[in-house]
Amino acid sequence: MALPLETAPHPETLKRVAIDPLTRVEGHGKVTLLLDADNRVQQARLHIVEFRGFEKFIEGRPFWEVPVAVERLCGICPVSHHLAAAKAMDQVIGTTLPPGAEKIRRLMHYGQILQSHALHFFYLASPDLLFGFDAEPQKRNIVALSALQPEIARKGIQIRKYGQEVIRLTAGKRIHGTGAIPGGVNKALTPEERSFLRKDIYAIIAACREAVELVKRLFEENRAHYEAFASFRAHAMCLVAADGALDLYHGGLRARLADGALLFDHFDYSHYWDVILEDVKPWSYMKFPFLRALGDCDRGWYRVGPLARLTLCDYIPTPFAEHERKEFLAFDEGAACHATLGYHWARMIEMLFAAETIKELLHDDDLSRADHVGLAGERRERGVGVIEAPRGTLIHHYRVDENDQVIRANLIVSTTHNNQAMNEAIRRVAQQYLDGNELTEGLLNHIEVAIRAFDPCLSCATHALGKMPLIVELFDAEGRPLDRLVRGADGRCQRA
Amino acid sequence: MSEKTTFWLDGAEIPFTAGQTLLEAARRAGHYIPHLCWHPDYKPHGSCKLCTVKVDGRFVSACTTLAQAGAHVENRTAELDDMRRTLLQLLFVEGNHFCPSCEKSGQCLLQATAYELGMMSPHFDHFFPNRPVDASHPEVMLDFNRCILCSLCEQAAKRDGKFTFVMGGRGMRGRRVILNSESGRLADTDFSSTDHAAHVCPVGVILKKRVGFAVPYGQRRYDQAPVSLLDVAEAIK
Ligand code: SF4
Ligand code: FES
Repeated sequence: MALPLETAPHPETLKRVAIDPLTRVEGHGKVTLLLDADNRVQQARLHIVEFRGFEKFIEGRPFWEVPVAVERLCGICPVSHHLAAAKAMDQVIGTTLPPGAEKIRRLMHYGQILQSHALHFFYLASPDLLFGFDAEPQKRNIVALSALQPEIARKGIQIRKYGQEVIRLTAGKRIHGTGAIPGGVNKALTPEERSFLRKDIYAIIAACREAVELVKRLFEENRAHYEAFASFRAHAMCLVAADGALDLYHGGLRARLADGALLFDHFDYSHYWDVILEDVKPWSYMKFPFLRALGDCDRGWYRVGPLARLTLCDYIPTPFAEHERKEFLAFDEGAACHATLGYHWARMIEMLFAAETIKELLHDDDLSRADHVGLAGERRERGVGVIEAPRGTLIHHYRVDENDQVIRANLIVSTTHNNQAMNEAIRRVAQQYLDGNELTEGLLNHIEVAIRAFDPCLSCATHALGKMPLIVELFDAEGRPLDRLVRGADGRCQRA
Repeated sequence: MSEKTTFWLDGAEIPFTAGQTLLEAARRAGHYIPHLCWHPDYKPHGSCKLCTVKVDGRFVSACTTLAQAGAHVENRTAELDDMRRTLLQLLFVEGNHFCPSCEKSGQCLLQATAYELGMMSPHFDHFFPNRPVDASHPEVMLDFNRCILCSLCEQAAKRDGKFTFVMGGRGMRGRRVILNSESGRLADTDFSSTDHAAHVCPVGVILKKRVGFAVPYGQRRYDQAPVSLLDVAEAIK
């Protein structure tokens, strides 16, 4: 069963437009559109060059090295990989974490959520939302944001910096630290470090509340546009705590179908393959995971990430964020819950949740306990670690032999879970905005806006880093180039 | 016999006793001469050449050359440090040194010396040799990807009356540490995790298992001070 617009019936007669690579999306992504003579979109695909080299690189390495080695998968959310791998290795050595160790890891993770969400929203996405999807490209970046909306830019930078400080004090460095080790963490927080972080947390919570207000205001001011933009219903999946609360560090898997029915709940992720399988499509290197019970990817694809988490959890255990969650769900009778731009709203609510959680953790004396590594227990061959990374569910799965060497690794990153959902989003945009219109840079940016709502960073899926310029190429039916638009790293557009 | 005599090291007067090498005397006097294969507990054998100094215009290894009264020794000159950087770069490309995911990072003499000498890039093309990990022993793992052929493990094993590690092979790619067992695996040698050899490796080859990364940033050996300070501090105490 092919999905609408995934495959055109007669591609050979169509014009081809490639957006390659995406700007402000770290990693390597490419969008191709096939248009007929009337500029009607007949096919739209997001290709992500997923590089599975890392799983190979890890083979043969000692298991305790993995949490540090996998951090190099991503410059934006290394902590997520670090913790997912550490959780997997906790299982391998059969340990139970001492209470302080788990809380320090949680603190590290919520620091990561804070810095990553702030980066994603303020640095990479907000220029589109504040200046318009088809504003001049020079305006759509953090530099322009600092010039035109200095207060907002300052808040974003402040929140991100605080998150990085939390990471530094728990993992030793702002990026690529070493905090988590199998069985616990390598250092506790001193009372001085805790009071240092406590000093600013109230200002951070206030800044996060303002960020939520900002997205809410954007939704209120652009109701019709925001609710309709790349909007669709979909199945969704995330971890939830045992009582159904939002928990980004640990829990069981919950999946709800697009029609609202619960497919599974509190599922023990250590055998996730009973509920999730990965499919392949001939035109993409990236796998397409799906809910196993639904048979295949075309029927079983799902969404992960902030939007999924906020709509799936029963409540948020911190007061300000919980209040915002209720408003979000109630907004125009739930219209934001299916909107691709609803991701940004949900993301800011999660950022507030992260700040409130950090505040609570910093008051907990367990953070300073001396026992921060658990004793190794019964050894297991397999370890699965799952965490809710900033962009969604992240699965690390390893097999370790009796000599302590990794013999197999499988990683399913958030971007891969969202592969089909992102394809769906760009097809909506193609239909809504590009169909029958002459192509302009601004219209093409609509596609990138949709992708950026999920992910500014295809790097964890592609295992590559780097910001690249944008090249848009238009081909006629014979494959002869008709037009070429180049956008440099400075944001300037040129016809070449 | 005159007990105390002196030589000149980069313009400083260094006292020494008869039989002391340039490196030993310099260290005692608080002067760092870069070194990798030298270890205070073992006989110097002068293989890495990082300690190369100029004595009255001639290149010699400071770890094997005896101090001579009145000699003029150049040590931390731009010329010598430049050559030392090249030696380090050659070592980095010859093996597989991925400092970011290496548990010895922050406690590794090779890395610390590269920082000390301001090595900013590997400069040469990497060899990317294929050297599998030997994890056969229950307590200790060997990752020869990081071996710098200093031969300290060989000497440390001999101290325990063992021949667990033996330097063998020839040539740039052939020279390596050979394990003394039929299978060539550590588990089948007479090695024990209490041997001197278990603790001697200056880089991340011979490692106690399951404790990697337990020392946080800020508390690792070379987080305290650069190698030039730690090295002489240890000589004096
Ligand atoms: S294993 Fe370590 S001690 Fe032995 S030669 Fe190699 S670097 Fe030196
Ligand atoms: S330290 Fe003198 S040659 Fe290695």
